[in-house]
Amino acid sequence: MLEINKDNFDVEVKQADKPVLLDFWGTKCEPCKALMPSVEKLAEKYGDKIKFCKLNTAENRRLAISQKVMGLPTVAIYKGGEKVEELTQDMATPDNIEEMLKRYV
Amino acid sequence: MQDIYDIIIIGGGPAGLSAGLYGARSRAKTLILEKGKWGGQAATTEELENYPGSIEQPTGPELTDRMKKQAEEFGVEAKTETVTGLELGEKVKKVVTENAEYFTKTIIIATGAKPRLLGCPGELELRGKGVSYCATCDADFFTDLRVVVVGGGDAAIQEAIYLTKFAEKVTVIHRRDQLRAAKSIQEKAFANDKIDFIWDSVVTEIKGDGIVESVVVKNVKTNVLSEVETDGVFMFVGYDPVSELFKGMVNMDERGYIITDENMSTSVEGVFAAGDVRVKSLRQVVTAASDGAIAAVRAEHYITEKFE
Repeated sequence: MLEINKDNFDVEVKQADKPVLLDFWGTKCEPCKALMPSVEKLAEKYGDKIKFCKLNTAENRRLAISQKVMGLPTVAIYKGGEKVEELTQDMATPDNIEEMLKRYV
Repeated sequence: MQDIYDIIIIGGGPAGLSAGLYGARSRAKTLILEKGKWGGQAATTEELENYPGSIEQPTGPELTDRMKKQAEEFGVEAKTETVTGLELGEKVKKVVTENAEYFTKTIIIATGAKPRLLGCPGELELRGKGVSYCATCDADFFTDLRVVVVGGGDAAIQEAIYLTKFAEKVTVIHRRDQLRAAKSIQEKAFANDKIDFIWDSVVTEIKGDGIVESVVVKNVKTNVLSEVETDGVFMFVGYDPVSELFKGMVNMDERGYIITDENMSTSVEGVFAAGDVRVKSLRQVVTAASDGAIAAVRAEHYITEKFE
């Protein structure tokens, strides 16, 4: 999964030519770390149709807040430069994420 | 038929990990199934100053990580899988997960509890947008901002103190005129000049356009409503048991907590419950660990009686 920061966010996420999954996580967020392997598995499965990226909010706090993300974990889909859908906290389960992905493949 | 486990433990928090340690240490074939985050609620608590021996600041994640390693060193199997069904009718019981079926002589339910929702307008819509149930997950976002903490128990006040390391101001909103938290925690909170209190009050609505902007607060004595501007709302208003899957299988109280005797036995032979998921008076890491130990030892006794 591609690491996103404030320098590459526009190019890699907003200007991407296919839908982007962006996994907002943080170094102190245990639920995020528990979720990450499942998202990586989904990346193997759907990686040809959807671009998988992750953003460490501990290092990119302002960028996350500018995306109206103030809670972790949050897994969002970007399409055509806009955030179109997201799952957060308890809703961000592997099953729910896969269902959301299926709408964009 | 595949190998039969002696003990299958559902849940990888302190109760489950302690049961795993005791089970594996007595050479019982023991499996722990955890659906997501190992360590349970303790893994999202930064300060764990009330677990005996946890001086010199081991954090919740560190302590529970050690518990898991310790259990694994004695040979426990630990798998990250979600249990979707149980069959308890036969002497050998079946545990079904999303990818496998397991057979076992005994089951220890250690699924714990999860933070309760407040249930006011705006809460669900603004989750992850300033509404949070996990201070260690989200505190960073509120650096130099204002937050409110709803609740007056140990978790609420401990997390309010933790949040002062980040936020500019922390306002505790509590429905009574005094806190329920342990006195030592209260003293720390009262001495912290970043924390103030709104007493006798409940949050009736969370407002914000895509991100939290304010909460509506009602004084329960005067019924007067007021609006408090804030960037975040941290909820610690209690817990609900994670016991949906076991409804109709084992006896529970009206809130869904599993009823056990002092040996952690449930209403079904060979099925035990440990930790926050059962009816008890004190839900802490230390009592969860204790429950897990008792459940594993009683499970072994049961196996000796019924299978050998």
